Amino acid sequence: MATHNLKHALFCAIVTVVIAYPILGLDLVAQGTQIGLEGATPTTIISIFLAAGIVFLFQLFRDNIMGNLGKLPKLNPLSGREPMPAEKRAKVEAWVLTAIIVLALFWPFVVSRGSVDLATLVLIYIMLALGLNVVVGLAGLLDLGYVAFYAVGAYTFALLYQYFGFTFWMALPVGALLAATFGMVLGFPVLRLRGDYLAIVTLGFGEIIRILLNNWTAVTGGPNGIGGIPDPTLFGMEFGRRVKGEGNTSFHETFGIAYSGEHKVIFLYLIALVLAVITALVIRRLMRMPVGRAWEALREDEIAARSLGLSRTAVKLSAFTIGAFFAGFAGTVFASKQGFISPESFVFLESAIILAIVVLGGMGSQIGVILAAIAVTILPELAREFSDFRMLVFGAAMVLMMVWRPQGLMPMRRIPISLKRQE
Amino acid sequence: MLEVQDLSMRFGGLLAVDGVHLDVQNHEIVSVIGPNGAGKTTVFNCVSGFYKPTGGKILFEGKEVQGKPDYKISRLGMVRTFQHVRLFGQMSVVENLLVAQHRHLNTNLLSGLLKTPDYRSREKRSLDKAAYWLERVGLLELANREAGNLAYGQQRRLEIARCMVTEPKLLMLDEPAAGLNPAETNDLNQLIMSLKEDYNVSVLLIEHDMSLVMDISDRITVINQGRPLASGTPDDVRQNDDVIKAYLGEA
Ligand SMILES: Nc1ncnc2c1ncn2[C@@H]1O[C@H](COP(=O)(O)OP(=O)(O)OP(=O)(O)O)[C@@H](O)[C@H]1O
Ligand SMILES: [Mg+2]
Repeated sequence: MATHNLKHALFCAIVTVVIAYPILGLDLVAQGTQIGLEGATPTTIISIFLAAGIVFLFQLFRDNIMGNLGKLPKLNPLSGREPMPAEKRAKVEAWVLTAIIVLALFWPFVVSRGSVDLATLVLIYIMLALGLNVVVGLAGLLDLGYVAFYAVGAYTFALLYQYFGFTFWMALPVGALLAATFGMVLGFPVLRLRGDYLAIVTLGFGEIIRILLNNWTAVTGGPNGIGGIPDPTLFGMEFGRRVKGEGNTSFHETFGIAYSGEHKVIFLYLIALVLAVITALVIRRLMRMPVGRAWEALREDEIAARSLGLSRTAVKLSAFTIGAFFAGFAGTVFASKQGFISPESFVFLESAIILAIVVLGGMGSQIGVILAAIAVTILPELAREFSDFRMLVFGAAMVLMMVWRPQGLMPMRRIPISLKRQE
Repeated sequence: MLEVQDLSMRFGGLLAVDGVHLDVQNHEIVSVIGPNGAGKTTVFNCVSGFYKPTGGKILFEGKEVQGKPDYKISRLGMVRTFQHVRLFGQMSVVENLLVAQHRHLNTNLLSGLLKTPDYRSREKRSLDKAAYWLERVGLLELANREAGNLAYGQQRRLEIARCMVTEPKLLMLDEPAAGLNPAETNDLNQLIMSLKEDYNVSVLLIEHDMSLVMDISDRITVINQGRPLASGTPDDVRQNDDVIKAYLGEA
């Protein structure tokens, strides 16, 4: 037992050094046109060996440490409490949600422009994650190319503006519907696939869209992207200093207030907020409708679902289509927010992050997914100094979550349905 | 109502079902028995459309259905249970029954989002039907439990209720008594009889529990190694020499 532990601990310590040393202990330095390799500062190297030492000690006494952890008082004093009765809990939830939405409506007027901008991004990710939650969390279809539909939404707006002068409001439904159409088109070839195979094909689809955007230079501008995408207008009022569109007026002049760059940011935030709330409400409703139950039935047992007369084709396609629809929404808002888009914004990493949000939040759980979207978007911004280690921290967080709470932050809870006794 | 003619099903080199005949009339309970691996479940899989039979004909209410996709066959009114219970485990008990009534609900997205009167009335009807069947199989108190957490016997009953809410004409049960205790088997016996008497469904039954089979079947078909061995009333089958030999040989 002891020798086994010692061997194992030694092995773990060596692995730590082998992994950490090349990554942290060596730096690439430009020397003229060449690139040279330099050792890092002594402190870094000392920390690496310290870390290895800690890993060694932890693994050596692992059983004792983990055993004692269990005896510690529970971190959360509320964890042992009786759960609230279902009706009361639903009421409390409804109140809290309303309060949050009202707060979110007034909040941008008191904080800095940067925060509002970040909050808009959070809302975009919430829309994306809620949409992907339909496909992955409810229908159980592992989609690794979800970013493609986001790209379709964004590029629809950009291209329609560039070639036909579409405004945000005209492009919003078109972008969402086109993304939904792409969702359905992708759905057909993958109808028979499941699990790993489905993941690979959707991954490929995401890459195809990105590469297409990158190489179809004549239309999409390729890697240079498309710029000058207009901001949304409010009943024909623009938020810029000078009016650009024909027949438009300017917001600050109409209301006789001084021009401020913040108006535009806040307006976009409010649009994103409304769209995110609509997304959440619509999907919440869908979950309680026959189509939502069919998604879940397909996830739980496809054979049983078919034996009850559910058509696999219809159910899967509806999940892909509806999921993609909301990605199209998010894409249009994103294009308008950035003012400039390029294929860079729609790489696989985005799909992975959205998927991570869904998994972290708890598959199928809307509140969980929303919380996770907030956390995953905001935390990296708060910890700017550690931006080099962003992916490392992200990975570690995922691993820890999977170990301690594989069901996600807030796992999905079923809504009780009251029945009347029949005669 | 159901007529299976000369059905055969080949898996690679294995002829799992070979020339099986079956027929089920209105208001009748027909059992299929046979030793393990005889091909009973395979017959079910062919009839319910999970497998495309390699030969033979399957007629349901006079129309050929062999090779039709499973969900279409189920919509014709032929619904089955599985040898290994297949519930939607993470969904609640009542949701399992609502999924099954998909066809009777208003599935139009807009009517659902707007809660049109038609949507509501159909939703209410399906909830009432779910409540009725839950009561019938003694699961009403557990309506909001996760289906996967039910006891085994309860899961079996839920699976039958889930078939019944689709209003089938023919119910196909694959070893419904497997894993049940004698009291539960007795309840099942009465439930199946009542399905026939009170709800006018025909039943096609695969079962190893001989007392149950002999008790409730109107007719029995025996299959051995994929081939039909005998068929007739319970008494005929009980006295058939081939059947006795096959069962004794197995034991
Ligand atoms: N999908 C399949 N692929 C290959 N062989 C199969 C397949 N399904 C069934 N078989 C084979 O067909 C034969 C009949 O199997 P089946 O499941 O129909 O038997 P059964 O009569 O239902 O037996 P049991 O009483 O044990 O349920 C078996 O030898 C089985 O291995
Ligand atoms: Mg079987």
